[in-house]
Amino acid sequence: MSEKTLEVSVWRGDATGGAFARYRVPTQANQSVLDVVTHIQREIEPDLAYRFSCRVGMCGSCAMEVNGRARWTCRTHVSRVAADGVLELRPLANLPVIRDLATDMAPFFEKWARARGSFQPKDSLTGEVPHDFAVVPPNSQKRQAADAGIECIGCGVCYASCDIVAWNPDYLGPAALNRAWTLANDVRDGANKARLAAVAGDAGCHACHSTQSCTERCPKQIDPSGSIAGLKRSLFWGALGR
Amino acid sequence: MSGPQLWMLQRGSAMLLALGVVVHLVTIMVAVRGGLSAAEILARTRGNAAWLAFYAAFALAAGLHGAIGLRAIAAEWLGWRGRGFDLAWMAVAVLTAALGIRAAYGLYSA
Repeated sequence: MSEKTLEVSVWRGDATGGAFARYRVPTQANQSVLDVVTHIQREIEPDLAYRFSCRVGMCGSCAMEVNGRARWTCRTHVSRVAADGVLELRPLANLPVIRDLATDMAPFFEKWARARGSFQPKDSLTGEVPHDFAVVPPNSQKRQAADAGIECIGCGVCYASCDIVAWNPDYLGPAALNRAWTLANDVRDGANKARLAAVAGDAGCHACHSTQSCTERCPKQIDPSGSIAGLKRSLFWGALGR
Repeated sequence: MSGPQLWMLQRGSAMLLALGVVVHLVTIMVAVRGGLSAAEILARTRGNAAWLAFYAAFALAAGLHGAIGLRAIAAEWLGWRGRGFDLAWMAVAVLTAALGIRAAYGLYSA
């Protein structure tokens, strides 16, 4: 282990406000930003609040603002984002803070529900098990469009990076709209009419300016901006009666 | 008016304006560089239905496009949302378009 240390500023507070606290953390090889936060909690400040689970980029719970950019901290190497050894950590933007680095994700997922982000099987409207498996050719155009957005882990990085969410708190946001687009391309789903109605208008896809911060920052390389454009296209042809 | 309709109107008017602004600017440059006098301009526009149609469409597109855009900016930056503001923006669109069309008609009927 080297003698070098990182200068880490961590935002500490709650919904009523807060301020940065400074910590010195030993530099290590192959150190992730989540490792740094964990070190602070275990060795320096046991009451530091933050959230993580899988540590391997699957669960989507450890996202924070790292030096001004929303990132998944478990898969973000310190050497890539803090070449000068200085880190500034804040809770995700555009979400209410519970305490320190932990934000309340409820508004984020409520918008998934508002965008009709749950699968509604066409063949079993009452919830009974269908008689047979649905066959969806993997190479079909719709399946591929759904595949492009299906790997979302719900980390909230796109939502925290979106200017429109900051300007319009009702805006559904990139993740919920991307989810709606994957379901709009699911040929087994039967609720698309209601879904497209739910994602139209000033709080929906038409509020998007296509500035693509979501696409730029998505750690899974999903293109929510492209999904939102897809929803606009569908609504355009729908309005023309096609 | 619904979200998809406003969006279509905004995109449609943008396409019209993309063409219209080019024609408008070229017309201005030709008139100025060619040294046309007011009387010479009026001689070309008087009774000319093509110019009237072009500038009427241009003014209508500009009025709609400007008002829809300002509506979005005002909603995002000032929080001006709701039916009252929508009606006000519709008035802005109609007024802007009407002033432009009146000017075009003035050149036509002068």
